[in-house]
Amino acid sequence: MRKSDYTILVADDDPDYLFQTISNLSRAGYKTVAAESQAEAEAVITRFRPSLAIFDLMMENDDSGFILCYKIKRKYPDVPVILATAVAHETGISFSLDSEAEKSWIRADIYLEKGIRAEQLDQEIMKLLKI
Amino acid sequence: MAVLKVLVVDDEPGIRSGVTRILKSFQVNYPFMDEDYSYEVLEAATGEEGIAITEREKPDIILLDNKLPGMQGIEVLEYIRNRNSDTVVAMITSYASLDVAVKAHKFGATDFIPKPFTPQELKSSIENITKQQYLKRITHKMNEEGRKIRYQFLSVLSHELKAPLNAVEGYLRMMQEKQSGDLIEDYAIPVERSLQRIQGMRNLIMDLLDFTKIRLERKDEKIEEVHLSSIASNAIVTVQPYAIQMEVSVLQIIKSDAVLMADPTDLEIIFNNLVSNSVKYNKPGGKAEIIIDEDEKDVIVSFTDTGIGIKEADRENLFSEFVRIKNEKTRNITGSGLGLSIVKKVVELYNGTITVDSVPDIGTTFTVRLPKKVKITS
Repeated sequence: MRKSDYTILVADDDPDYLFQTISNLSRAGYKTVAAESQAEAEAVITRFRPSLAIFDLMMENDDSGFILCYKIKRKYPDVPVILATAVAHETGISFSLDSEAEKSWIRADIYLEKGIRAEQLDQEIMKLLKI
Repeated sequence: MAVLKVLVVDDEPGIRSGVTRILKSFQVNYPFMDEDYSYEVLEAATGEEGIAITEREKPDIILLDNKLPGMQGIEVLEYIRNRNSDTVVAMITSYASLDVAVKAHKFGATDFIPKPFTPQELKSSIENITKQQYLKRITHKMNEEGRKIRYQFLSVLSHELKAPLNAVEGYLRMMQEKQSGDLIEDYAIPVERSLQRIQGMRNLIMDLLDFTKIRLERKDEKIEEVHLSSIASNAIVTVQPYAIQMEVSVLQIIKSDAVLMADPTDLEIIFNNLVSNSVKYNKPGGKAEIIIDEDEKDVIVSFTDTGIGIKEADRENLFSEFVRIKNEKTRNITGSGLGLSIVKKVVELYNGTITVDSVPDIGTTFTVRLPKKVKITS
């Protein structure tokens, strides 16, 4: 399959970050769906199965990203999920998702610090999609 | 009902059973306490036994005889102090020499109960100690909560500061990599958005400065007679350029030329924030009004707009730090989420109140009431 056969759902309440991520993914060749809130992302998930999802952690709730991870994995267990946040250092939330224990409660496949380069993000996506 | 553990260390069985009997039915309550205190008495005949019970039971109060068969009371006291616990120790002794008193004080004994004592003497000592214990606990609890709130504040703050940096950085990279073309005109949106995010960050920093200002200790000498109408005029002049840009007309209605004893800077913070909100969340062609009035007790200032309004569900957290109402209508409005929390803190400094009335799509009114008899609370 080519990259254009994959649709990536991106949920972020920062309109600029959302715009930039969508634009980077389109340039890399993916199809994209944007959601500006947890509620919007939930609505997308109910009617459509994305190939991969990228969720911001803090949206209208502090744990919006976790909730979305949980919901998407329950509906589509095999859709890879990336959890993105800018707050890891400050909140003391640190998770690597390396251990089984962490994977059991954070239902994301990988966790990325916000602000990573477009190429890096593309690398991670290709790994998850096994392209 | 809270129970404090009292350990009495005395080699005389009569003293021990006396203390137990007196405190069994004794209760302490002060108007500022949220519950009554009663006592459970533990007994030890020697210093060694007293230490063993202290280790096991962690008593709140120890009544300690100095003259004991083996280890002396002062040594027990020294041991307890080195344990660094919150236990309060009162010495009970019939040989209250100056030497013992000085030593006992040095090792942190808080009270002396001379032997023999009447039930009333014991009770009033216990009452005092209980008050001290209560205040210690409350202070401890408040420090804990303060730490938690500061921590949460800082973590949200750094998120709020990093988000615009990430956004601007992302746009600069798009330009560096010439993602949309070779001409500067190809990047009109990224440039505009970057400028907006930087403006948002500047507002946040200005608000933070206000925030630290009101958190500093208040000084009474800045308090002066202030005409609210002049504060209102200044606030309107300040907001005017923004109002013209937003096509909102701002005016003041003086129903009563109210005067207040206040620090003018505090009133400016209240007026500037609320007027600028009335403009910011308005519609083109809309109106914003400052209405100044008073009754016998308060001055009453209302800030009314014809703007987008606030849904009832969103009003609950409106005055909390970093809370911003996110919806379709507010998505292009930048703000720090600190303005209203600052206003509320200043209003409360003057023992005033702030309330909000709003109808979505019709408009919002914030009403500030400030008592004329001002007692500044820090």
